Amino acid sequence: MKNENRKLTVSASPHVRSNETVTGIMLDVIIALIPALVASVYVFGFRSLAVVATCVATCVLSEYICRKVMKRNNTITDLSAVVTGILLAFNLPVSIPLWMAVIGSVVAIVVVKQCFGGIGNNFVNPALVGRIVLMCSFPTAMSSWVMPYAWKSTTDMLTTATPLAEISTMFKAGDVSAQAFNANGALPSIGELMVGARQGCLGEVCAIALIIGFLYLIIRRVISPVIPLTYIGTVAVIMLIAGKGSVDFMLYEILSGGLLLGAIFMATDYTTSPINFKGKIVFAIGCGLITCLIRLFGSLPEGVSFSIVIMNILVPHIENLTFSKPFGTPKKQKEVKQ
Amino acid sequence: MAEKKSLFKEFSKGIIKENPTLRLVLGTCPTLATTTSVESAIGMGIAATVVLICSNIVISALRKVIPSKVRIPAYVVVIASFVTIVQMLVKAFLPDLNNQLGVYLPLIVVNCIILGRAEAFASKNAVIASAADGLGMGVGFTAALFLMSTVREVLGAGSFYGMSIPVLSAHPMLIFILPPGGFFVFGLLIALSNKLATKKGKKPANLGGCKACPFVDSCNSANCENASKEEVAE
Repeated sequence: MKNENRKLTVSASPHVRSNETVTGIMLDVIIALIPALVASVYVFGFRSLAVVATCVATCVLSEYICRKVMKRNNTITDLSAVVTGILLAFNLPVSIPLWMAVIGSVVAIVVVKQCFGGIGNNFVNPALVGRIVLMCSFPTAMSSWVMPYAWKSTTDMLTTATPLAEISTMFKAGDVSAQAFNANGALPSIGELMVGARQGCLGEVCAIALIIGFLYLIIRRVISPVIPLTYIGTVAVIMLIAGKGSVDFMLYEILSGGLLLGAIFMATDYTTSPINFKGKIVFAIGCGLITCLIRLFGSLPEGVSFSIVIMNILVPHIENLTFSKPFGTPKKQKEVKQ
Repeated sequence: MAEKKSLFKEFSKGIIKENPTLRLVLGTCPTLATTTSVESAIGMGIAATVVLICSNIVISALRKVIPSKVRIPAYVVVIASFVTIVQMLVKAFLPDLNNQLGVYLPLIVVNCIILGRAEAFASKNAVIASAADGLGMGVGFTAALFLMSTVREVLGAGSFYGMSIPVLSAHPMLIFILPPGGFFVFGLLIALSNKLATKKGKKPANLGGCKACPFVDSCNSANCENASKEEVAE
């Protein structure tokens, strides 16, 4: 309260400034992503680093060129392109050809971000659209999975189904009891899921690393825990009901897909998530609902990316419906039509 | 002389300045649906052009006979007759194309471009001018379809007009021949054509103001962004 003794000064708003900058926030997100990056290198070898480096380099470069061509001031120093690049790489399998990663990055930055006006104006999460475009374009390359630690062994890379595809088959066969999970030798144990010893995309495998990142972001107050917790909670409740009370089924559903990565790092993107508490709850429940519908009834085993993108598109409407009333206005005021 | 110049103008405006798909954003359904291959896109463009020219001529010739209250059904009857003729011809002589276009060939009846030109132009202008307008719009429509289908077929199937391209055909980006890819390409082409049409201090295209607007009878022009300023002032 140093200012108390000062004379009254009159100036234009804003009067209160915080030291937070876009660069600072993005830097925090990058720091929070580092544990998952380390885990992915440990699980999948140094090729995962190459994928991440390719995505980041392409994202930054295409953002730079795009801003130059559009004659706008350059924004690569705010590090948002770096975050997009890392997140996109985290959504790709390690065996993906690097030129596909380049295409995904260009789509994410040029089409989704810069064509709509750059940072703060993208209507959906750029990294997720990059992933979806690759997913629709190259379904084989995007769904060939490498066994964990395959880089350490001298044998050729093994391609197997992800645990999520495995439990999806089990669910459709109708038996998701604890015994069925014990009997299925193709599934990793819950402990292995926690440390990341499973097939999957780069960043999604290690649950512990993602949770460390989540806690860091909460402590630094970069994100509020509302969206991730509601999202995961919704999926947990629905899966518990769908699995007829099978706790194993619920845990596998939460830990073995891209749910943690999506809920913590993608759904909480400032630009594409609601501002209000109420809006956040609606948004997260919607994400959880669509994820479960795709996983349980769709033909794809994974639905996190699609569900977040669909809810991103609905955010303006959620914002309108959950608009908080300015303090002091009468309670039953009818909307005045313009 | 003056008439000849304006005739050419009626023709040329449809190609870039008032391109029906990219500038007026009409007829998006066939645009998205038939541009998965160059062959079907050109077929669609030519079929629609033929219908457009013929219906513009007939509607323009009948414009003083058709009562304004039932004009839409009358236009649709005229358009539908030509679509039926075109469809029969395509079925008889180009059965492959007919299979490719499928339901989109008879759907030309409800193509917004044709009804839109009938309403906005042919019903108010002389026969020859209407024919020129129809030809211009048809060429513009075909050109836009050709452009879009080229992008989509080359990237999405790795071929051009059915001929496969060496490197691209090994790794086609399937999304381009799926509906979402169609929307991506369409949006980017609209953005590009808007950029080209408005660059270097050129005036934005005058789309005919209130005279050409189909809603002119039921509209109070004060709120209309398309109304030209003089008309609002009146």
